[in-house]
Amino acid sequence: MSTYFAGNYDVAVIGAGHAGIEAALAAARLGCKTAIFTINMDAVGNCPCNPSIGGTAKGHLVREIDALGGEMGKTADECFLQMRMLNLGKGPAVHSLRAQIDRRKYQDVMKHKLELCDNLDLRQAEITDIEKNDDGSWTLTTRMFAQFMAKTVIVATGTYLGGKIFIGEVSFESGPDGVFPATFLGDSLRNLGIPTRRFKTGTPARVKRSTIDLDKLEIQEGDTPPVPFSYDTESLGDNKVVCHISYTNEDTKKIILDNIHRSPLYGGKIEGVGPRYCPSLEDKIVRFEHKERHQLFIEPCGLDTEEMYLQGMSSSLPEEVQLQFYHTIPGLENALIMRPAYAIEYDCIDPTSMNATLEFRDFEGLYGAGQFNGSSGYEEAAAQGLIAGINAAHKVQGKEPFVLDRASSYIGTLIDDLITKGANEPYRMMTSRSEYRLILRQDNADIRLTPLGYKLGLISEERWSRFNEKQRLIEEELYRVKNTTIPASEKLNEILVSRETSAVDGGIRLFELLKRPQLNYKVLKEVDTTRPTLPDAIFEQVEIAIKYDGYIKKQLAQVEQMRKLEVKKLPLDTDYKTLSGLRLEAQEKLNKIRPSNIGQASRISGVSPADISVLLIWLAKKSHEKPQTEENTDV
Amino acid sequence: MTNSTIAAISTAQGMGGIGVIRISGENALTIADKVFVAVSSKKLSDAKGYTAHFGAVYYENEKIDECIATVFKAPFSYTGENVVELSCHGGTYITKTVLRAVLDNGAIPAGAGEFTKRAFLNGKLDLTEAEAVMDIISAKSSAAAKSALSVHEGALSKSINEVKDDLVNRAAHLCAWADYPEEDIPEIEFSALKDALDIAKSRLSALLENYDKGKAIREGIDTVIVGRPNVGKSTLMNLITGYDKSIVTDIAGTTRDIVEETAVIKDITLHLSDTAGIRDADNAIEKIGVDKAKHRLSTAELIIAVFDSSSPLNDDDISILNEIKGSTCIAVINKDDLKTKLDIEKIKEVTENIVFMSAKTKTGIKEFEDILDKVVGTADFDSSSAVLSNERQRSLAKSAYVALLDAISALSLGMTYDAVTVSLEDAISFLCELTGERVTETVVDNVFHSFCVGK
Repeated sequence: MSTYFAGNYDVAVIGAGHAGIEAALAAARLGCKTAIFTINMDAVGNCPCNPSIGGTAKGHLVREIDALGGEMGKTADECFLQMRMLNLGKGPAVHSLRAQIDRRKYQDVMKHKLELCDNLDLRQAEITDIEKNDDGSWTLTTRMFAQFMAKTVIVATGTYLGGKIFIGEVSFESGPDGVFPATFLGDSLRNLGIPTRRFKTGTPARVKRSTIDLDKLEIQEGDTPPVPFSYDTESLGDNKVVCHISYTNEDTKKIILDNIHRSPLYGGKIEGVGPRYCPSLEDKIVRFEHKERHQLFIEPCGLDTEEMYLQGMSSSLPEEVQLQFYHTIPGLENALIMRPAYAIEYDCIDPTSMNATLEFRDFEGLYGAGQFNGSSGYEEAAAQGLIAGINAAHKVQGKEPFVLDRASSYIGTLIDDLITKGANEPYRMMTSRSEYRLILRQDNADIRLTPLGYKLGLISEERWSRFNEKQRLIEEELYRVKNTTIPASEKLNEILVSRETSAVDGGIRLFELLKRPQLNYKVLKEVDTTRPTLPDAIFEQVEIAIKYDGYIKKQLAQVEQMRKLEVKKLPLDTDYKTLSGLRLEAQEKLNKIRPSNIGQASRISGVSPADISVLLIWLAKKSHEKPQTEENTDV
Repeated sequence: MTNSTIAAISTAQGMGGIGVIRISGENALTIADKVFVAVSSKKLSDAKGYTAHFGAVYYENEKIDECIATVFKAPFSYTGENVVELSCHGGTYITKTVLRAVLDNGAIPAGAGEFTKRAFLNGKLDLTEAEAVMDIISAKSSAAAKSALSVHEGALSKSINEVKDDLVNRAAHLCAWADYPEEDIPEIEFSALKDALDIAKSRLSALLENYDKGKAIREGIDTVIVGRPNVGKSTLMNLITGYDKSIVTDIAGTTRDIVEETAVIKDITLHLSDTAGIRDADNAIEKIGVDKAKHRLSTAELIIAVFDSSSPLNDDDISILNEIKGSTCIAVINKDDLKTKLDIEKIKEVTENIVFMSAKTKTGIKEFEDILDKVVGTADFDSSSAVLSNERQRSLAKSAYVALLDAISALSLGMTYDAVTVSLEDAISFLCELTGERVTETVVDNVFHSFCVGK
């Protein structure tokens, strides 16, 4: 078959999942002529696993994406069924928002947004080959032999690339949810010289709502009132659904252990590496054999469907075994499986071969995002998509790269982890992964990132002025709190004593009261007579700023130290073998990762402080030799 | 970190009349002000560059030594940064104590070749020296790596790892609890967490104390010899210092009326001061000497009181006995062939540690050694127990300890656990630096190892 020329683009995005969507929207909104290719028009923005967006640390990512002008948070708000702020009472650093969403609606809304976006063409096509042209641009060929030329390409293939599904002894080539996989692109990438490896993930069964005995299960309600993800969403309305909780038991365990040899993972059929944090039920039972029961959540997939998702129950055991063990679970005795659980194996790359812009170091103009980069999760994917999209656009437009560092965001932490430490298993975001988590909170994502989003051009003027108004209110309230004295009174001391904190003899500044861990805005309402009427978000910012002041300052000092190393740029073409002062292990690691600055180099395992000293001296020497080199002027 | 303030002893270790502790970095002057008090009571941070100031160095409110502080202001110094050089008397004991005072007040130990490195980075050295500096760093770091390796198998690494592992378990629990709110992770029990942190705190504090005990072997004990004139102090001094021919330092006594020598008796190092003697002074000048001697007695770690067996206790002897009551001391009774006229019982009331020695017949040395062993506690000092082996390790252990105090204070104040966790992880990261690991991976790995989490 001969090919035909089908069009020119600035940015071509392969895959229209959560990564591809953010990448394409960002690039198009920044003014690039953009194409987004999906293997199946009905699979755009699919949530093939849990019908929810956010969760611990992932909720932070969604807020950050939103603060930078991304789409995930807004769409989740539009399609929400239930909102929960997780970890209330555990401290503001770990508060995380999660939405149960209407899965089909989410797809429709996202697809429609892509369709309505200026500069953006959404096309159904399987990309089978990408090639670099002599002029630096790329040629993409489709299964129908159409050829597109693009200045930059973003690969966001998710679990489609070389996808293979396993259910017990049965396995077949497939993308998620039975959509056909991308079977050619993997070879094309390998021919280019990009090695791939196999990762694995899995999803539980969907069961029919009317066959579940929900009445005997514990209910999990949403928050009242529900809080939105997006700073653009004014209010959400009420929660629309509840979730239910049940537990496995000894019978479940017995069935799984009796059939464990039929698991493709334990039978050795799956070669891919699965994530520790997303284990199948058989993994949990084998690894934690003394645990008597495992919890599961039963979550609705939407308002217009009877499909229910069984969170915590993913499996790759044969369908008949799944049926047996699901039926041991209270409430699921008669459950009808509408779709069985399955494991899926797919091709991905080693992210240490990328820069912080998510561009392949050795392939200019080629970017990757999402599961293709070795991560896991919709939110992790969307975050990378946004960054890859912005950077591809900047490359086309000859602008500076857009890089977020670890101290700026969870997005920056996620990308730095991927490109510096690599991923030995699908990478999931966790609050524990951020050393700066007291300042990188989901409640201040807008303060941290919206100025950057505005500068990029992804935040509207209207939102920008709303943002500035919020900052002004925070400043004013902070000033008021610092300068307001609450006179001693019986009422005040009554409050103090009831909250188990010491009473006062004289007047005390409101600021001092709010500093006490036992007190908050709510309990001080009666004695704080000059308090203005403000949105809760303002009080929240002021209270956190006061209460955690000491800890925040300490983290800011650590950030300052970190950033001093971050601005010392290392040339990407350095051959570290030629630096004799470095230890052998450091030379090898540095040559593999090729860090962009001293800070990143210091986070590579196997690079010691002495090696860093050698690098600093070498950098200084270089800049003495070539005083004009702009990269090193800050050394 | 390149912009922290660093400090190190910059004269050769061991012998030498003068020891110099160099502090370099943005906060060099303010840190020096915390340990150095000038006679003029002028602050070093207010001083001009290229000036020298006479005064004294203090550690934990105790005077360590007289000292001359030389101030260099950036960029006019060796490193190009603010630099203070504290010149005090030489010998490992004094210089290390001064260094420790500096480190406890915010400086961090300088890495191998770090002063030179900074000098280079700040344009103070010419290009040809760069390669040489890199070689020095890599050579020194491989030497350091070797010594770190030996720490790996030792009691220290076992002890640090025990503390660290326990803290990692707690941090992992806190992380699992925060990152997996809907899994059935056991609740964090306040009292269990508090207990665990308290235990870790006391273990670290014991380790830091043990460093001081270990110091007795490595760095010596501050010892004062006291006795009325002509009682035989110098004879004893010669006997001790002549032992094993191990005199190390000899500082002229003119500056302080106190002669200092260092002697090593088996594994125990004694820093000996021979005081001017204690008695009712008749004139003002002598009184100053006596006051100094009394002060030395109150600060000494060990006192050796010398008495003459050939005469009864006189008033001076009695006042010495009063002075040393309650101190760690050994009474040496200088016994010639003459008949004993001394009332031993009076001495026994003050101390049980009594040795009879004879300079002439050279008897009693073995007995002195045994008593010394017993008194210093090294007799039952287990050499296999964990000892921090240098100031770098001590400084990291101390930082871990301070971070742990922060975590405990956050917990006790009733702060939310995210604030506790951050300080706890700081503590772990310092301990990890001691053992060469990285904190986030350690904690995250432990989460998945210990808890069954995930959807």
